[in-house]
Amino acid sequence: MNGAGQGAEPARVAALALLLAAVFVASFAVGRYPVPPLTVLAVLAGELAPLVPHWSPETEAVVLGIRLPRILAAMLVGAALSVSGAAYQGLFRNPMVSPGILGVSAGASLGAALAILLGFGMPGIQAMAFLFGLAAVAATWAIGAGLAKRSDPVLVMVLAGVIVGTLFTAFVSLVKFVADPNNTLPTITFWLMGSLASVDLADAGLAAVPVLGGSLVLLALGWTLNVLSFGDEEARALGLATGRLRFTVILCATLVTAAAVAISGIIGLVGLIVPHLARMLVGPDHRILLPVSALLGAAFLLAVDDLARSLFEAEVPLGIVTSILGAPFFLYLLARSRRGWN
Amino acid sequence: MLELDRLGCGYRGRSVLRDISFELVAGELLCLLGPNGVGKTTLFKTILGLLPAQGGSIRLAGEPIVRWSRRRFARHVGYVPQAHTPPFPFRVRDVVAMGRCAHLGSFAAPGAHDRALAEAALDSLGIAGLAGADYTRISGGERQLVLIARALAQQPHILVMDEPTANLDYGNQLKVMAHVRDIAARGGMGVILTTHHPDHALLYGSRALVLDRAKRYAVGTPAEVITEAYLQDTYGVSTEIHDITRRNGLQSRLCVPAWGAPATAGRRA
Repeated sequence: MNGAGQGAEPARVAALALLLAAVFVASFAVGRYPVPPLTVLAVLAGELAPLVPHWSPETEAVVLGIRLPRILAAMLVGAALSVSGAAYQGLFRNPMVSPGILGVSAGASLGAALAILLGFGMPGIQAMAFLFGLAAVAATWAIGAGLAKRSDPVLVMVLAGVIVGTLFTAFVSLVKFVADPNNTLPTITFWLMGSLASVDLADAGLAAVPVLGGSLVLLALGWTLNVLSFGDEEARALGLATGRLRFTVILCATLVTAAAVAISGIIGLVGLIVPHLARMLVGPDHRILLPVSALLGAAFLLAVDDLARSLFEAEVPLGIVTSILGAPFFLYLLARSRRGWN
Repeated sequence: MLELDRLGCGYRGRSVLRDISFELVAGELLCLLGPNGVGKTTLFKTILGLLPAQGGSIRLAGEPIVRWSRRRFARHVGYVPQAHTPPFPFRVRDVVAMGRCAHLGSFAAPGAHDRALAEAALDSLGIAGLAGADYTRISGGERQLVLIARALAQQPHILVMDEPTANLDYGNQLKVMAHVRDIAARGGMGVILTTHHPDHALLYGSRALVLDRAKRYAVGTPAEVITEAYLQDTYGVSTEIHDITRRNGLQSRLCVPAWGAPATAGRRA
């Protein structure tokens, strides 16, 4: 059973990379201004090599100016949420954990809501979302570290995250309550639904720094995450300085998630579902689970974003589509196989 | 190798055991016996450095361990927890390779040498065939052996085992105990384990530490400290301890329940 299982993994990773490449090209073609896939490839190649354009300037503007930033952002956010979700599920030894478990989404929501209330522009909203996301997790960490002296530090951390998340969500409601119903309130509500409609290339590039940096550290800690998933005491008895490692994992996963949420708003279920799917494909070893989650998450959110912008006349917020598609898909995964976690 | 000197253990503000002193040397199998709730697990956690000592000291190779890193400690002392089910189905060989943690850096993963040690540890316990199986899908007895293999791959001088026979069927209990005795006698490790079976200590132990309900303890050969009086006082049951002669002529000591025990048992309760 093992020989087949391990031999299949490189093939599966290659197939996933191909899938992502296919979705990537197809995403340029999809939309209310259709572009044939071959033209897409030609336009992209034209950026790298001096080709004589046989396409119209409008096509080039759509492909490079409008769709490219959005596609890159969708892949970045999908990969980010999935990698941090997989890392958290390992760290907290629970396949039901999502990247928002320590309050990062609630914190980011409050940051964005305040920024919108105060009339900040897009960069200000993103910066506030990012910083408040970090602040919420810092609060969770402080509470958890303060209370963990006499009980399981992992459990205390999760409970602290629930409390901090609830508190920040209450503040979000308060901000919405005082927001102008004709102006700022709809903007806040729309941000909370999650969307990539207004992302430009600079936003995606800025967010890519913490996402890639944090993800690389998490990837390097893949094997250590395997050991941590056996619990704090066992990992310590095996020789790991669990406190320091847990801090590193939480810091990296928080940077990754906060940066993603800052440009996309709240997008639910991706960070929960994709690690499950990845675990079904390649098993629980984080050394391969994390990169596969990144590939799969990028392809998944890109495909869902394509639906969000092409399904109806008016664009549906991405967070809504992910949740509507994700919920039954998640139930299907649960019903079909428990291999991933039992 | 391992010296406890007037060790106190417990949680902040609550002392559980006090003034425990003993020394464990290479090749020794020390069985720890005591009723539920007397503090065996607390003692183990303190020895393992998972709980701070509440007084006294623990020394390894002559040095107090207070300032030792987890990594350095884990190179000396391996821990075998009770067989459990982790949330994710890692392969057995990956679980065993986790024993190499203390010999690797934080950002490293086991290499060929570590994987070879893991396979050798599985082989030494006769379960090499499980290497590719999912750890969550094997039996409880197999899981316990896998955890022992993981501790062997850790290459410590001392093994601490928390009730290695708990929840195992009769055959697996005997197999695990035979392997444990072998690890101590032939592998030269010092082993401490907890058990609820006086026979395990009498049959396999080279020494025993017995705790009674008043948290007094005695250390000695199993024959010295596991007595009818101790079992009566601690567990409230009447027993008879007999020496038997095996078919190969060797002597063994066994504990059997005394018939008509309920009356005397009731008196204490």
